[in-house]
Amino acid sequence: MTGFQKFLQQLINGLSLGSIYALIALGYTMVYGILRFINFAHSDVFMAGAFAGYCFARIVPHHSIFGGLAVMLLAMVFCAALGVFIERFAYRPLRGTSNLAILITAIGVSLLLENVTLLIFNATPKTFPTLIPDKSISAGGVSLTTNELVVFGVTAVLLVALQWIVLKTRMGAAMRAVSFNYQAASLVGINNDRVISFTFALGSALAAAGGILWSSLYPSIDPYMGVLPGLKAFVAAVLGGIGNIPGAALGGLLLGMIEAFVNGSRYSTYTDAIAFATLILILLFRPAGLLGKFQIEKV
Amino acid sequence: MALAGAVVAQLFSNQINPYYLDVILKIGWNIILAVSLNLINGYTGQFSLGHAGFMSVGAYTSAWITMQVGPKVLPQGTGIWFHAGPILLFLAALIIGGLAAALAGALVGAPSLRLKGDYLAIVTLGFGEIIRVIVRNIDSLGGSLGLNGIPAYTNLFWVAAVAVICVYVVLAMVHSSYGRGFLAVRDDEVAAEAMGLNTTRYKIVAFVVGAFFAGVAGGLYGHYTLSIDPKGFDFNKSIEIVVMVIVGGMGNTLGVIGAAIVLTLLPEFLRFLADYRMAIYSFLLIVLMLTRPQGLFTWRRRTKPVVSA
Repeated sequence: MTGFQKFLQQLINGLSLGSIYALIALGYTMVYGILRFINFAHSDVFMAGAFAGYCFARIVPHHSIFGGLAVMLLAMVFCAALGVFIERFAYRPLRGTSNLAILITAIGVSLLLENVTLLIFNATPKTFPTLIPDKSISAGGVSLTTNELVVFGVTAVLLVALQWIVLKTRMGAAMRAVSFNYQAASLVGINNDRVISFTFALGSALAAAGGILWSSLYPSIDPYMGVLPGLKAFVAAVLGGIGNIPGAALGGLLLGMIEAFVNGSRYSTYTDAIAFATLILILLFRPAGLLGKFQIEKV
Repeated sequence: MALAGAVVAQLFSNQINPYYLDVILKIGWNIILAVSLNLINGYTGQFSLGHAGFMSVGAYTSAWITMQVGPKVLPQGTGIWFHAGPILLFLAALIIGGLAAALAGALVGAPSLRLKGDYLAIVTLGFGEIIRVIVRNIDSLGGSLGLNGIPAYTNLFWVAAVAVICVYVVLAMVHSSYGRGFLAVRDDEVAAEAMGLNTTRYKIVAFVVGAFFAGVAGGLYGHYTLSIDPKGFDFNKSIEIVVMVIVGGMGNTLGVIGAAIVLTLLPEFLRFLADYRMAIYSFLLIVLMLTRPQGLFTWRRRTKPVVSA
């Protein structure tokens, strides 16, 4: 492959990876925007989505577009419920107490999800079934698989849907209000609890979609699969400006591409560390992120 | 005085059932790890999730010294230097391992100065992972396959001695008038700055000292298990130590020691539950936070609770 072809190939890899990071990052950013709290367990909701898809795939005919979409929708619903459940029982009782207690609880939830999944499914990685027949298209030396196309397509649809929800619906307006000023929102009659539950549901559903898409690209799933992508998605959210929805999407795509290029270079063994190095650099030099608005609390 | 006790303990160590000895040693370095983390998390309020990274720096550095430098330096033959040689070598290796970890601690502490709570946790976590990736990439340290054949220098004397020193140092530091600064940084950083405290220095000192002891503990661990690999120092390990600090009560050294002991013994007694251990730990963590955030071993009611409602 020529240099340019390699470049294009990595670009495509990066975009597909980045799309998934974007989906997960949106969950982090929305929850942070409203609660100023990093949901450590989000990465495991992503993992739960993948496993849910694994289970649902058994009751749905394989190799059909509609089957694949049905599995994804089912997994999204499942994770939305899971997210709401977690918020209701683990986070809500601690709302208003010190940040540290909630952080520790989030870690606890994360570990609980991982270990319960470990107990149910044991540690051997499972193979995720192919939901959509995987064909490869070659153009000009650069190859693209149908799975990657699906990733692009689904992500685009979900991003548009999210924008619509946030900008054009009443609930979306309520979400934005709560993220601007928590107390004032409740003063004007918004039910903060419901908004928060909705936010968690939305973020978790997106994470589930991400989980299914990820498993289509990398079909081996295990209980700890969410840790690294989750952490990187968090970095992506910070990169784009935490609390900022377009920022999370941008950050995800950007980080995906950076990672793809590093992976294709000589330094590929350092791929994982790149994400963290990015995080540290961003927090040192531009903590508000690329698209971040000025935040009252300095990071 | 306690050091003398440690020597005595060592003299008896040969008579203890090897299984018990194994557990006691584990308790020993868990105490060191937990108390050193407590200095950073509990007393200074800097929530660090990368402690296993410091441990690994110390483990690898000290192992490298005993394995690479040792054979070139140790005198052969008989005589006092032959016997004293390994002891001195191990001491040096541990200290240098600790210093390397302390350096890592300073590197981690520095950027985190501007960060609060959640971000600090993630960044320390990230640093722990960066250290792990770097170590995994250094082939002379065994890469991802691990470093084997570490000489078995650890015994009860070393572990007990270091544990005692660590506890003493931490307690002495925190209860001194200088040490009040740590608590001040934890309770209200803005007020501490307003009072003229150099919060930057306190945070770095906490990280450096905490990392030093974690590194030494790592050295002890490495020279007992004789084989170390990067996977053993991952996030899960950090979390295990964090759980000890939280269960014991952040900022409560005695409680943390108690928690270290309990949390080391419990898996031994409850071996039949070994598969469920991590699940139980995590559930415990959640329940603890919801019901008794000050830890299981805290009795004194502070005027301002560590985790305030």
